[in-house]
Amino acid sequence: MSLLASVPGFSSNQTALNPAGPAAVHIEHTFALIFWVTASVYVLTVATLVYFVWRRRHTFDTIPEPAPTSTESDRFATRAVTIAMAVTVILLFIMLISSFITSHRLGKMNAEQALTINVYGHQWWWEVEYPNQAEPYRMVTTANEIHVPVGTAIRIHGTSRDVIHSFWAPNIQGKRDLLPGYTTDILMQVDKPGRWRGQCAEYCGLQHAHMSFFMIGESQKDFDNWMTAQAQSSAQPATPQTKHGQQVFLTHSCVLCHTIRGTSAGSRVGPDLTHLASRSTIAAGMLPNTVGNLGGWILNPQALKPGSRMPPNQISGQDLQDLLAYLETLR
Amino acid sequence: MSVTPSVPQAELTEAELKQAAQLEYIWQEPKGFIGWFKAVHHTTIGIRYVVTAFCFFLVAGLLAGAMRIQLAFPESHFLSADKYNQFFTMHGSTMMFLFAVPMMFEALSVYLVPLMVGTRNIAFPRLNAYSYYLYLFGGIMFYVAFLSNTGADNGWFSYVPLAGPDYAPGKRADFWAQLITFTEVSGLAVAVEILVTVFKLRAPGMSLNRIPLFVWGQTIVAFMVIFSLPAIMLSSTMLLLDRTGGTQFFNPAVGGDVLLYQHLFWWFGHPEVYLIFLPGTAVVSTIVTTFSRRHVFGYLVLVLSLVSTGFLAFGLWVHHMFATGIPQIAESYFTAASMMIAIPSGAQIFCWIATMATGKVVLKTPMWWVLGFFFVFIMGGMTGIFVASVPVDLQVHDTYFVVAHFHYVLIGGAVFPLFGALAYWFPKVTGRMLSEKLGQVSFWLFFVGFNVTFFPMHLVGIRGMPRRVYTYPANMGWTLLNQIESIGYIFIFLSVLIFMWNVFRSLRRGALAGPNPWMAGTLEWATTSPPPKYNFLHLPTVNGREALWDAAPNQPIVTGLDEDARSVLTTRTLDAEPEGKDEFPGPTIWPFLAAVATTAAFVASVFTPWGITLGAIPIAITMIGWFWPEKQPAARRREREIWPSE
Amino acid sequence: MIPCCISCKREQRVFDPGSAGAQIANGTALNEVHAGGAPPMMDMSQYESSAYAVTEGKRLYNAFNCVGCHAQGGGAIGPPLMDSKWIYGSHPQQIYSDIVQGRPNGMPSFGGKIPDYQVWELVAYVRSMSGQLPSDVAPSRSDQMPVAKAEQARQKEHPADENEQPVQRNAP
Repeated sequence: MSLLASVPGFSSNQTALNPAGPAAVHIEHTFALIFWVTASVYVLTVATLVYFVWRRRHTFDTIPEPAPTSTESDRFATRAVTIAMAVTVILLFIMLISSFITSHRLGKMNAEQALTINVYGHQWWWEVEYPNQAEPYRMVTTANEIHVPVGTAIRIHGTSRDVIHSFWAPNIQGKRDLLPGYTTDILMQVDKPGRWRGQCAEYCGLQHAHMSFFMIGESQKDFDNWMTAQAQSSAQPATPQTKHGQQVFLTHSCVLCHTIRGTSAGSRVGPDLTHLASRSTIAAGMLPNTVGNLGGWILNPQALKPGSRMPPNQISGQDLQDLLAYLETLR
Repeated sequence: MSVTPSVPQAELTEAELKQAAQLEYIWQEPKGFIGWFKAVHHTTIGIRYVVTAFCFFLVAGLLAGAMRIQLAFPESHFLSADKYNQFFTMHGSTMMFLFAVPMMFEALSVYLVPLMVGTRNIAFPRLNAYSYYLYLFGGIMFYVAFLSNTGADNGWFSYVPLAGPDYAPGKRADFWAQLITFTEVSGLAVAVEILVTVFKLRAPGMSLNRIPLFVWGQTIVAFMVIFSLPAIMLSSTMLLLDRTGGTQFFNPAVGGDVLLYQHLFWWFGHPEVYLIFLPGTAVVSTIVTTFSRRHVFGYLVLVLSLVSTGFLAFGLWVHHMFATGIPQIAESYFTAASMMIAIPSGAQIFCWIATMATGKVVLKTPMWWVLGFFFVFIMGGMTGIFVASVPVDLQVHDTYFVVAHFHYVLIGGAVFPLFGALAYWFPKVTGRMLSEKLGQVSFWLFFVGFNVTFFPMHLVGIRGMPRRVYTYPANMGWTLLNQIESIGYIFIFLSVLIFMWNVFRSLRRGALAGPNPWMAGTLEWATTSPPPKYNFLHLPTVNGREALWDAAPNQPIVTGLDEDARSVLTTRTLDAEPEGKDEFPGPTIWPFLAAVATTAAFVASVFTPWGITLGAIPIAITMIGWFWPEKQPAARRREREIWPSE
Repeated sequence: MIPCCISCKREQRVFDPGSAGAQIANGTALNEVHAGGAPPMMDMSQYESSAYAVTEGKRLYNAFNCVGCHAQGGGAIGPPLMDSKWIYGSHPQQIYSDIVQGRPNGMPSFGGKIPDYQVWELVAYVRSMSGQLPSDVAPSRSDQMPVAKAEQARQKEHPADENEQPVQRNAP
C-alpha cells in the first residue's frame, strides 16, 4: 500500500491516498487491498484470454465448420471454470470482510470526547458553527474554513439549508451528504497539521464546481487562540478611513445579507464577516483573500462566479477603498 | 453436424415460388409517404430504432466533445456553468434513455428476436409501431426543448430538491420528467412484445433449454424492464406533480422526503445498468459462439447467470446512496449484495473464455469488438468492487473515479458489443458485408481512444476531482490528466466517423453477403439477407441449441398456415410444441396517430396538469380507431375457429 | 419557432445584469404623484418573462425579510400582496417605487441599497403573487410550510387601476 501511495501525484491535499487522519488511513488500507486483489485478477484473466485467443486463433481467411464439442476438453474447461469461480468467491469474501472491518472502525472513533462542529451547506458556500454549551452566546460562526485541533476527534453535525450537498475532505474522511430535512453526524480526526482541501461532492447547481472549503489542522494551543479570537466581536474601526468604510458597509446592500457582530449588520443570508480578514480565501475557497480579489469580488461577483447569490455592487472608488480598508481590519 | 444453407432462390420449386409470391403479397408493407407511417413489420421498425438510437448516440457524443473541450483547461470559459450543466445532463439522459436502452434492448430485440425464434413478426406489431413513435417523439421533444434553452440541467438523475419546484425554475426539469414518461411507455410496450414473442411464438422444437442466449438475455431484460420502470415512472411523476401540481411528496418542511426520490430512482436506476449490459452479454455470447466455431461452453451456467443478475440487480440500489448515511447493518447488506453481482458476471466471463479456449477463434471485426469488450468490461467490473465497498465508496463516490467506472462498464458492456453486433448483423440487415479493413481500423481507434479518454479519469478521481464540475482550479494537479482525456476523445470521434463511412460505403459497394456469411447457427441466418417481410418462406423447426448447426438432414418445416392472412404459429411456453395458429394485424396508420395524440398530452402536461385530462380524449379516439374491429379477419376467425367460441 | 422564442425568454438566466442593471436603485419616482427625476429606462418585461428572475425575486423576498411584514403574500404588519387592493397602485413601476422609496407606516426604503435589477426581480415576484404572470413563469410551490396555493396556480386578480396607464413625466 505504501507502493500505491508513493505514486507521484497522490501527495496533494485533496486526495484519499494521502491520509491525514485515522479514518482516511483505514479507508486507504481497504483501498490498497482491493486494488492489489483486483489488479492481479485483471492481469491474470486478461493474460489467460490473450493466451488462448492467440493459441486457438484460426489463421486462414475462411470460416471453418463448427466443431463438435469434445467431452474431454469440456471436462477440463469445467474444472478450470469451477476453480476460477471458487477463487473469485474467496477473494470477494476477503474484500468484503476487509470492508466490514473498516466500516466498523470508522464508526468506532472517540465519540464521547468529540468536538462538535455544525456545518450547513448553502448554495454555494459552507456555514461553520462551533456551538458552546456552557456559554451559548460565545458560539463561533465562520465560513468555508474549519479549524480543528489535531489529534482530537471531531463530530461534524451537518445539514443543508437548501439543496443536497456533500461534505468531503478526502484526506480526512469519506464523504457524507448533507440533506435538507435530515441532520447527519460524521466522526473524523485530523492527525497531520496542515490545510486540507475539501469540496462539495454532490451536484448542487450552477456553481457546484466552486464550493470548496479547508480543514485546517493546528495544535491545541493555536486552536484555542483562534477560538478565543473568533468569539470576539468585530474590531471597531479606529481611523477615519475605516470608520467611513464601516458606514459604506452599513449603508449599502452588504448589510442586507451579511453579519458583522458588533455592528448593526445581522443578516444570515450570506457568510458571517465578523472575522473576514482572518480567513485565507473568499468565495468558498475560490480566490485567495487579498485586497485586490476582495475588491473585484465586491464589484462584480457575477463575473467571477456566475449565478452566485451576491449581486454586483456599484461603489465609487473612494468608498470601495475605505470599505476594503475596513474589511481588512476584521481579523 | 452440418450447416444447412438456406435454400437459394434459384432452387425453389414452382410451388414454392408461388407460395413466396403469395406471402410477399400478404405481408408487404404499404408504400408511399403515408405508407411509411403505417408500417408494422418488426424488421422495418427495428431498423428505424437502430438508426434513431444511433443518431442520439452521435448527438450525445458531440455534447461530450464540448464538455471535453471545456475541461481541457482549468477555469475555462468555453461553456458557461449554465450551458455545461445542460450539456452533461443532456449527455447523460440521452445516453441512458435515448441511446443505451432503446438501442441495446428495443432496437436489437425488436429486429432480431422474432427472427431468432423463427416467427413471422413480433407479437403486437401495432403496439410495436406505437412504441417506436413515442420514443422518437419523446427524443425530439427533449431536443427541441434543449435547442430553445430548456435543456434539463439537474443531472440525469434529477435529484430533488435541486430539480424540485423551489430550485429549478422554468420548465427544464419538467421536460426531463416527461422524457422519462415517453421512454417508459415505449420500453414497457417492447418488453411485453418480447415476452409474448419469446414465450408463445417460438419455432417448434425450441424448448426453453434451446433458446439462443441472445434471446434469453433479451427475455431477462424484458422482465427487468417490467419490474424496474414503474419505479421511475412513479418518481418522475411525483416530481412533475410536485412541480406543476403543488403536491408535497419531496418537501421536507411538511414531512416529504428527499431520500424517497433517491430510493425510487435507484430502484430503477441500478437495474437500468443491467438493462444496458445484459443485452451486451447476450451479443457477446452469440458472437463468441459463432467465431469460436463451437457450441457455447456452459449454456446452463450462462442462462442462470443472466437470471440471477436479473434478480440481484434489484437488491443493490442503495450502493448509489452510501454517502447519504445508511445504518451500518444496511450498509453491510448492500455491500455484500453489490459484491455478489460479481459472481454471475465472473461466471459468464469464464465460460466465454472457456468457449474460446476450446474452439477455433476466427478473428473478424465482430470478434475484435468482443475482445475489446473483455479488456474494457473486466476493468469496469474490477473498479466496481471499489464502489461496492462502503468505506472506499465514501471516497470515490461522485468523483471522476465513478465516471471512469461506469464508462468502462457501460461502454465496455454495451457499446463494444453493440459495434460488434452492428458488424455482425449488418450483412443480415442489408445483404452486404462491411469492409473488414475499415472495421478493424475503427475498432483499434475506438479501443485506444476509449482507454486514453477514460483511464486517466480513475486517477483524476482519486486525486479528488468531483463529478459534474464545469471547471476546476489550475493548481489541483488535474489539468494534464484532463488534457490527455480530451485528446482521447479525438480518437473516438475519428473511429465513429470511419465506422459511419464504412456503413455508407458498404451499403452501395459492400460484397454480397448471402444468407449466412459467418456460417452461424441461429435461425436468423436461415433466411435470405435481408429477410423478406414474411421472414421465412417455410417456418423452421429446431433440433438443438444452434438451430442451423444441429439441424437434421431432413429437418421438417412447418406447413398448414393460412396463406390468405398474416397467419403465425403459436407454441407452448415450455416445450415449444405447436399449439395453434393466430392471425396478426396488418399495417395501419392508427398507432402513429395514437402516438401523436399521446405526445400532445404528455407535452401539454409539462405546462398544466390538465394536459393529461384533456389530452386523454384524442388518445381515446385514436385508440378506438386502432381497435375498431375489421370485418374480414373477424369473419375468418369465426370460420376457422382460431379463437374457438365458448 | 414561436414556442422556441417564448421558452427562450422564459428560460433566460441573466447572471451578470451589466452596468445598467447593477446601478443602485436611487429612489427615482416613476409616477406623477411623487416627486423625483426621470423614470429609469428599464425593460422590465425581461424580468417578468424569465422564470429564473422571478424565482430570484422570491429568494430575495425571503432574504430581505419582506416575509416579516407581508408574510407569504397574505399580509400581517404590512398589507397583503396577493389580492387586488393596491394602496399605491398596481403597476410594475408603482411597485418599483414602493420598494425603492419606502412608504409611510413601516415600509422601509431599499433605494440606495440594492441594485436596480434586484428591485425588478422583486417586482416581478410580487406581481406573480396575485397571479399577474403566466403560469409557466410564476414560481411553483416552495419547500416550506404550504400557506397558500403556489403562485403559478393562483387566479389572476384584477386591481381597480389595471387598465390605467400610470402618468409619466418627461425627463426634466
